[in-house]
Amino acid sequence: MAKLSKEDVLKLARLAKLHLSDDEVEEFRKEISSILGYVEQLREINLENVKPTYQVTGLTNVMRSDDIINYGQNQIELLKNAPQSESGQIKVRKIL
Amino acid sequence: MVNWDPIEKIVAGVSSGELKAMDLVERALKAIDSGREFNAIIAKIDDRARRRANNIDKEVSKGKYAGRLAGVPFIAKDNFLVIGAETTAGSNILRGFNAPYQATAIEKLESEGAICVAKANLDAFAHGSSTENSDFMITKNPHDKTKVPGGSSGGSAASVVLGMAPFALGTDTGGSIRLPASFTGSVGYKPTYGLVSRSGVVAMASSTDVIGPITNSVEDAALVLECMAGRDNLDGTTIDRSKKQYTDLSIDLNGKKVGVVSEYMGTGVEPDVKNAILSSIEKLKKTGVKFQEVSLPSLPLALASYYIIMPAEVSSNLSRYDGQRYGFSHPKAKNLEDSYNWSRSEGFGREAKRRIMIGTYVLSSGYYDDYYKKAQKVRTKLINEFSEAFNSFDFLIGPTAPTTAFPIGHKAADPLEMYLADIMTVAANLTGIPSISIPLPVSGLPIGMQIMTKQKNDVQLLAFASKVEKEL
Repeated sequence: MAKLSKEDVLKLARLAKLHLSDDEVEEFRKEISSILGYVEQLREINLENVKPTYQVTGLTNVMRSDDIINYGQNQIELLKNAPQSESGQIKVRKIL
Repeated sequence: MVNWDPIEKIVAGVSSGELKAMDLVERALKAIDSGREFNAIIAKIDDRARRRANNIDKEVSKGKYAGRLAGVPFIAKDNFLVIGAETTAGSNILRGFNAPYQATAIEKLESEGAICVAKANLDAFAHGSSTENSDFMITKNPHDKTKVPGGSSGGSAASVVLGMAPFALGTDTGGSIRLPASFTGSVGYKPTYGLVSRSGVVAMASSTDVIGPITNSVEDAALVLECMAGRDNLDGTTIDRSKKQYTDLSIDLNGKKVGVVSEYMGTGVEPDVKNAILSSIEKLKKTGVKFQEVSLPSLPLALASYYIIMPAEVSSNLSRYDGQRYGFSHPKAKNLEDSYNWSRSEGFGREAKRRIMIGTYVLSSGYYDDYYKKAQKVRTKLINEFSEAFNSFDFLIGPTAPTTAFPIGHKAADPLEMYLADIMTVAANLTGIPSISIPLPVSGLPIGMQIMTKQKNDVQLLAFASKVEKEL
């Protein structure tokens, strides 16, 4: 059974951009180990010659025509949902 | 509780001027207020609903056609983008988000005269089977306040049963329409994958997410589907609708071959649930329906496969909530990295974080082949076994869930235990087939029967389910 260590959980959290409290780390370690233990039953099955399915209705690349479509979106309305904006643009915090 | 007439009858009343859309909207809003203790509704959409009702009544008085759903109030799960109220998906991270456009499904229903009156509670981001994972409140089962309504469309199902509207919309990624339908005694329809556009619906697991109605009858579900189905340029996964109307419910039961899925009738199924299915089968035999047991050997692997694929897609879909463009943004973050981390940590609830991390794990290099790819191979096996079954059977049946509604708090402490509630519903999502849950005539807590058929056979499924509903 997959037993996650504290370090494993912290690594996952880092990759997923989540900060966890110490309590959360411990709880998630237990819970995720138990869930992975359950889904691990698949690892024991021989699926050598089976092809994976990623799309169930058989569609392949669906292209739209290369036209400009007006969705009727209003820039001012859209920016109202942004936490910060300036001069008609979304403002983010400094990167460095 | 308010009882609504069949939707077709309501529409006939509004179209003839005998009923006023405004009265229907007021009636719905009043029912929402008086059912507050059930926590089914996150927000009402009163102003916009009244304006639309007024317009519809005016059109009708001028002798104009007002659509196939003229004046019919409905409730949307709060993961549909709707103008007139916030769209939160039941999550803190989207609190305060005002949709700048509407979901295609909402647009289509509105173009037929339907009126969205409220947004229903759900497990945050539709992650759950009980509606206990909402970041705001726990919805209660209308039949027993100490029980869950099922999830994740628990608010939608409860609202229909409480008579807050004649129908509600839900989403079904692993059973989220059918399970609450089963637990609340309503009809829940999961269409073929791609039949209804998901543009404007908060994505959970894109390879299995579908939209469908929760209603009082199969006939109502068929009419709502009829008004939503079909291709949409805004959702590349949509498929062509049937040339036949989904409301064409004509079918001859005599000689129809139905497989009773043995994996869904074995251990773990409560005796009451099993007996309700068996006695329904006995009744239906009298109509000439032929029943036979059928085994799909890979079904016991479906849930494990789903709980790999779904979190993988969830972790990817939820990466867009980064605190920069919309949604909660941590006010104290000084740089971009902290802003990402702190906004997500505070904005996401426990279950969302759990699924993001599981998804991150199964997609990470070194584990991808062992988990994700294997799960997708199991999916192929399931598709093959279902196709083979549908060579011999028109429909497959079983219970929608192994149990009736469980007590609030009962499974909340153990996520894996909660995941097992989806054991009978996930296969339809993994294979893209349509599936419906209809309530059985029982004296205790509601029990649902699940009927499945092959992809794109929605018209026949609705017709069959409607006849079965009437026979039982």
